[in-house]
Amino acid sequence: MATGTAKTAPAVKQSRLARKALPYLLSLPALLMCIGILIPFFTAVYYSLLRYRLNLPAMKGFIWFQNYINFFSDPKFWNTLKISLVYAGLTVIVELVLGLMIALLLQRRTRFNNFVSILLLLPLMTAPALAALMWKLMTNPNFGILSYLVSLLGFPDMKWGSDPATALFTVTLVDVWVYTPFMMILLLAGLRSLPPAPFEAAALDGVPRSFVFFRITLPMLMPYILTATLFRLLDSIQQFDIIYAMTQGGPGDKLLVFQVQAYLDFFQATNVGRSAALMIILWAITYALSNVFIKQWLKLRERAHGVA
Amino acid sequence: MYDKEKGLFEAFVAGKMSRRELLRATGKLGLSASAAGMLISSAQTKAMAADFDWMKYKGTKLKLLLNKHPYADAMIANIETFKSMTGIDVAWDIFPEDVYFDKVTAALSSGSGEYDAFMTGAYMTWTYGPAGWIDDLNEYIKDPAKTNPTYNWEDVLPGLRASTSWNGVPGGELGSADAKQWCTPWGYELNNISYNKVMFDKVGVQPPKNIDEMVATAAKLTKDLGGPYGIGVRGSRSWASIHPGFLSGYANFGEKDFSVTDGKLKAAMNSAGSKDFHKKWVQMIQESGPKDWANYTWYQVGTDLGAGASAMIFDADILGYFMNGGDNKEKGNLGYAPFAANPAAAAPTPNVWIWSLAMASAGKQKDATWYFLQWATSVEHDLFGARKMDFVNPVRASVWKDEEFRARIDKSYTGYLHQHDVSAPGAKIYFTAQPLFFDLTTLWSENLQKMVAKEIPVDEGLDKMAAEMDQKLVEAGLG
Repeated sequence: MATGTAKTAPAVKQSRLARKALPYLLSLPALLMCIGILIPFFTAVYYSLLRYRLNLPAMKGFIWFQNYINFFSDPKFWNTLKISLVYAGLTVIVELVLGLMIALLLQRRTRFNNFVSILLLLPLMTAPALAALMWKLMTNPNFGILSYLVSLLGFPDMKWGSDPATALFTVTLVDVWVYTPFMMILLLAGLRSLPPAPFEAAALDGVPRSFVFFRITLPMLMPYILTATLFRLLDSIQQFDIIYAMTQGGPGDKLLVFQVQAYLDFFQATNVGRSAALMIILWAITYALSNVFIKQWLKLRERAHGVA
Repeated sequence: MYDKEKGLFEAFVAGKMSRRELLRATGKLGLSASAAGMLISSAQTKAMAADFDWMKYKGTKLKLLLNKHPYADAMIANIETFKSMTGIDVAWDIFPEDVYFDKVTAALSSGSGEYDAFMTGAYMTWTYGPAGWIDDLNEYIKDPAKTNPTYNWEDVLPGLRASTSWNGVPGGELGSADAKQWCTPWGYELNNISYNKVMFDKVGVQPPKNIDEMVATAAKLTKDLGGPYGIGVRGSRSWASIHPGFLSGYANFGEKDFSVTDGKLKAAMNSAGSKDFHKKWVQMIQESGPKDWANYTWYQVGTDLGAGASAMIFDADILGYFMNGGDNKEKGNLGYAPFAANPAAAAPTPNVWIWSLAMASAGKQKDATWYFLQWATSVEHDLFGARKMDFVNPVRASVWKDEEFRARIDKSYTGYLHQHDVSAPGAKIYFTAQPLFFDLTTLWSENLQKMVAKEIPVDEGLDKMAAEMDQKLVEAGLG
């Protein structure tokens, strides 16, 4: 009996301890994951506070926010900010409009529509850098098929990515080609999941199609639109591969978006401090944009639940 | 008879007789050309091994980081010679040029000792050296205990030896007495004209002799050929667009990138002479360059010449060399000519790109690594590459005198030897060595793009660019 009691007490104590530790143990993988993510992030924050060029090791030192302060008086930085926002805005708007139009066309579930929607996903399966190289060949003035086609339309000297006037248009074209299917597939899923009742009621009442689209379809689709836009916006503002593969940020400084500039600062100029500061600013912009979108998305969801 | 043959091969290796004389003599003794070739290799290996313990690091394993290039191919084709001579095993990772230097930066900056030696360009050592990622090879070259007595460092072309050594002082003269030898030259390219002989004959023009002639000839070719454009030069937004033809022509006028006063650097690209040269260069591209010049790297410049899309290039001579062979449409139609942009210049002053080998500071087997470096840059390997592989341009003066190599080149590459021989004495790096080389030279190419696109006039563009560079130099404590 005594032996039995002696055995039970530590067992009880052990199980209480295990119960207490269980939540921590369960959250341990998430914690480790977090640490894995946060270490590089805080390392970048730390580097952004340094004057740190790999080839000038003697100059390495803490300068606190000087890298950030320098940006305010640097026209190159403002150009980077402007072009990054314009690029992100332009690509997302075009992809959204095109994606929505295609999704509306494919909304009805037919074999043909299903086949076409799968076919349209093909560009999304192409690595953006490869897509960029493919487009670079197609826009080559000597033998590119697109150059030939536009020459038939009366533009024999189209210089595509190498002309400051058409460089943004060219990279936007590639981005739209690769990522419109992403918009399309998300919006198509949204369209097909909408409840049929409001549409049936509108049809019975003989409501015009434009009214149905703007007053019923679009508002109901808004959470999907916001989600798709958020994903694309975050990706687009961090664009690197298409622009770098097509023009290396040129011609001139026309396409020096954040990622390209930071990449060149690090790998070419070995200016770790400036490169890290640029990345942190990009992170802050991304974070702010995400917050705005998520708040809007939550509002819409609340409204939808309230209506329900 | 055996002693007679042996004597002949030893005399050849010692440079007392030419290869042709040797082959004639061995032919008389009944030896076939292939057997003679094998015996030459064997005699060279023996000569290399004489009075030097090549087996000292037997059993060591080295790892190299290589760029996909004909120089690396030649080394790999001959690596068994090194392995059998030293007992050192060699492994390597090989990457295409697009990603190669990012890989090098990542490997070196991480401090990992994964790679013992790697391929590099001389410009890159202006970053790697001060960062402490590579070793000064003078410590090895000048140590008779570590270096084979037949290595003959002085045989490496003087401009190349100087261009790969720097004292680490911003603006410091390359090859100065206190300079560190950051890498050993392996193969190099200088910048001259490669042109399509058929197109030139058709239009009735000769290779241009100066920049004015170049502008006019390129325009005439563009107009009269009715398809191919006149001249191919690089234009992508990269430092690599400045260093070949552009800087070679620029330096020929005595123009500098920076001036150095009391150790402080100041941009010198907005001098009157520089502005004049820029105007001619910009005009030439606008009138006779490729339509999408701003995307042109060495690859597009070369392939257009090989495909007959351009009539001439002012770029690396070896680019023209490679375009004259293989599956290129214009194979056999290309010629080569030296080019001095300045009509008053006595000779060309080509800026050079030097593929070199450097030793990683983080490597753990440095003496064995030096064995590899001295073999890979030896006369014997240089000769093997030049005779048997596409190892152009060799870096050693003795190899350029080799009759077999010269005969091979002269047979299929009209004017190649002449353009090299005329230009080699003035061939070196004409940039000012300084740590912001990549930032500032890329900025230069960016502004050149703006000028060609007529976004900014040349005079104003250069003034603004110089001011921006000066500010960057001050921020980095160099100006």
